[in-house]
Amino acid sequence: MSVSVSLQVNGKAVHADVDARTLLVEFLRRDLALTGVHVGCDTAQCGACTVLVDGRAVKACNVLLAQVQNASVTTIEGIAAADGTLHPMQAAFKECHGLQCGFCTTGMVMSALDLVARHPRADEDTIRAELEGNLCRCTGYHNIVTAVKRGAAAMAG
Amino acid sequence: MGASDAAVQSPLGQSILRKEDGRFLTGTGQFTDDVNAPRQTHAYFLRSPHAHANLRGIETARARAAPGVVAIYTAADLTNVNGLPCGWLITGTDGKPMNEPPHPVLAQGKVRYVGDPVALVVAETPHQAKDAAELIEVDYEPLPAVVNVRDALAPGAPALHEQAPGNRCYTWALGDRAAVDAAFAQAAHITRLDIVNNRLVPNAIEPRAALASYNRADDAYTLYVSNQNPHVERLLMTAFVLGLPEHKVRVIAPDVGGGFGSKIYLYPEETAMVWASKRAGRPIKWVADRSEAFLSDAHGRDHVTHAELALDAGGKFLALKVETTANMGAYLSTFASCIPTILYATLLAGQYTTPAIWCEVTAVFTNTAPVDAYRGAGRPEATYVVERIVHQAAVETGVAQDDLRRRNFIRTFPYQTPVALNYDIGDYDATLDGAMRMADVAGFAARQAQSRTRGKLRGIGYASYIEACGLAPSNVAGALGARAGLFEAGQVRVHPTGSVTVFTGSHSHGQGHETTFAQIVAARLGMPIENVDVVHGDTGRIPFGMGTYGSRSLSVGGTAIVKALDKIVAKGRKIAAHLLEAAEADIEFRDGKFSVAGTDRSKTFGEIALTAYVPHNYPLDKLEPGLDETAFYDPTNFTYPAGTHICEVEVDPDTGVVDVLAFTACDDFGTIVNPMIVEGQVHGGLAQGIGQALMEHCVYDRQTGQLLTGSLMDYALPRAHHLPAFKVGTQVTPCTHNPLGAKGCGEAGAIGAPAALMNAVMDALAPAGVRHLDMPASPHRVWQALRGAAA
Repeated sequence: MSVSVSLQVNGKAVHADVDARTLLVEFLRRDLALTGVHVGCDTAQCGACTVLVDGRAVKACNVLLAQVQNASVTTIEGIAAADGTLHPMQAAFKECHGLQCGFCTTGMVMSALDLVARHPRADEDTIRAELEGNLCRCTGYHNIVTAVKRGAAAMAG
Repeated sequence: MGASDAAVQSPLGQSILRKEDGRFLTGTGQFTDDVNAPRQTHAYFLRSPHAHANLRGIETARARAAPGVVAIYTAADLTNVNGLPCGWLITGTDGKPMNEPPHPVLAQGKVRYVGDPVALVVAETPHQAKDAAELIEVDYEPLPAVVNVRDALAPGAPALHEQAPGNRCYTWALGDRAAVDAAFAQAAHITRLDIVNNRLVPNAIEPRAALASYNRADDAYTLYVSNQNPHVERLLMTAFVLGLPEHKVRVIAPDVGGGFGSKIYLYPEETAMVWASKRAGRPIKWVADRSEAFLSDAHGRDHVTHAELALDAGGKFLALKVETTANMGAYLSTFASCIPTILYATLLAGQYTTPAIWCEVTAVFTNTAPVDAYRGAGRPEATYVVERIVHQAAVETGVAQDDLRRRNFIRTFPYQTPVALNYDIGDYDATLDGAMRMADVAGFAARQAQSRTRGKLRGIGYASYIEACGLAPSNVAGALGARAGLFEAGQVRVHPTGSVTVFTGSHSHGQGHETTFAQIVAARLGMPIENVDVVHGDTGRIPFGMGTYGSRSLSVGGTAIVKALDKIVAKGRKIAAHLLEAAEADIEFRDGKFSVAGTDRSKTFGEIALTAYVPHNYPLDKLEPGLDETAFYDPTNFTYPAGTHICEVEVDPDTGVVDVLAFTACDDFGTIVNPMIVEGQVHGGLAQGIGQALMEHCVYDRQTGQLLTGSLMDYALPRAHHLPAFKVGTQVTPCTHNPLGAKGCGEAGAIGAPAALMNAVMDALAPAGVRHLDMPASPHRVWQALRGAAA
């Protein structure tokens, strides 16, 4: 069975007729070539596929494309400025060495954006608790926590 | 690196932000699953649901007729395909080579672990491949299974391989048993310890993946694979398994999302896919899902050990005796056999002057996934034995933890251990002092008292570890059974306009080589690091290299680049001497300029580069044009990073929850090129070491051999809130035998952390009467230990 879906992805209107079982992550990676959205597990545990759906962090491996009808989806590819200037959260991850292999990073940054939207002045404990849905095997989280704090401060201006 | 060649504003030692971050932060990194080939198909591997069974038949007719199926292959199709080789031959105490049973690419006659690949299904889509696999009828005759080493060695245990009687791979020993026995006879005190080093699953966040293509036009294959050493992968696959000409296979390991050892090895999946890509006439892609990673990635650790330490009345260690049984899993993975031997027993001297050491290791086959190197690889296991028994000895003899360690520290270098290694340099007092200062050990008693008022048990634990890194002198490794060389290659290609591309045999899967190696080149040639690009991970572009494992990239791979730079500068001097009409001996190179000593006459590096490629005024009779040099570097010794880690925990006796309050690491990695990257490596290693001690544990069901911890919902990986902010510091004694003075930093965290954490837990639980605990110190185990002690 196929379904017809309309949504916004990184600010652009997208329309697609897809198999009803198509996951959001499959659509983003395969059909839109947004390969910054990564798949690290099959149980919605790792968070590498995190994107924003209407501003909320969502694991794209756990959502059918049909569920985001008319929604606005933002991926890691959609947050830098048009001239390529990194989003303050992306810049903070670089400045704080908050990434190593880079695989979890894209989901981690998207989760951080949601976190900061809800907790603009999050302390370290809050950041650690809020990153519960994102696994990183490289950094030990130390520099990610620092990066989120710095990114939040930069976003607050 | 000659002091006269150093740039004024040297980027060495600077925390320069990483060049590679841009692509990872914008989603433009290229991991294997991001690569697609025209007309690509998708693979699914049908895996054994049984831990041990005879394969009586495989019926694929229905599956072949399923929608989208391109081909289905089983062992019967893989004619002229050999088994997967093991890269290290261990010779047993009986003088015989280890038992080395065949490791078929697809199961032949028998399956030996849950997840053993039985058939390869190739279809138009991943879902069609999976659906078709469900239609394959495999006639299994289940057999009894063994998953732990004790059961496998028991008389009458089910036998996995005809070639391995009693499920033994080898029994191997190192050291002087007679000297050890004599020392024990003289001992004032003997500490005994039985411990288990828990089995782990590496869990790089990017699962293994591969894309194999065959091109009829040039009769050549291309394999994209998430791998740490593409040349080793290619050599093993072509020369030992598939019998293909090596130059007809290009292996590309693009961006790789973490490895930690698990992506060193030649696995069945990509081997079968390369073979099948020609047969099927279509490119084939496979991406493991996480459940598949748990079943089929090489696991780590899994030792059972009895150790005894003899001390004299003054607390000096007289001798150490260690007996270890190591689980190899069902088949020998690429480097499995050397992990619990060459990389384990040789480290049992630790930082101490223990004059006599004897270690015997029995390696055993079980019905579990193959076990191989995982971050630290043998050295965490050795440190865990040494540092837990030292902790216990201090408790038993009433000597303070730091004091007992200091009474036994090696202070004279070079130091020949009784277990084969020769430590070139170190300062163990400096790292212990540093760690104690950073951890505020002086204030611990007050913090402990404060915890007590809240009903909590607080403990502090030490681990003074050593590791042997910079693998390795090839002749030494060869004498110990290595079937490969362990050098590294580096090529420095200067372009006519003076910018540089470095081609390295090392592979970065998070370690930041694109930045660190660029710093080395920029410092030497006196140019901005933006002018230096680093290429790795592609056998079609880089010289033959051995890849990244064993914390070897900077000390071995970096040194190869330094050696290539030496050649570049030497040739540049000759060109400059010609242009400046001076004697070569009078040419100095500094800050990117070749100058005639004592004059203001000079040529920039860029001018020399251009001259090399536009040789109009050039000594063509004596010198080839071009500026492109390659060096192979084989180290003369291992490097010996060392340090002390101190962990402070608080245990809630009501729940058994262990809270890691503070973790301090003071390490000596030799000279550091990029402190920011080094700290990041330490953080990551600590997280994995803490994970092992606190929560990670791979469990197979003892009766059925089923993997009980087969997903991230069952196997506990540390999350941000499980870990503290780390306190990390360094002391420096430069390595004496490589020009960078570098020792390696990638594994230290995972090596020191488990023992430090468990010693802290033991310290916390001691007042409650708990005498023993194995990893992981999960709430359930801690709670049970407290109840057991109270009973």
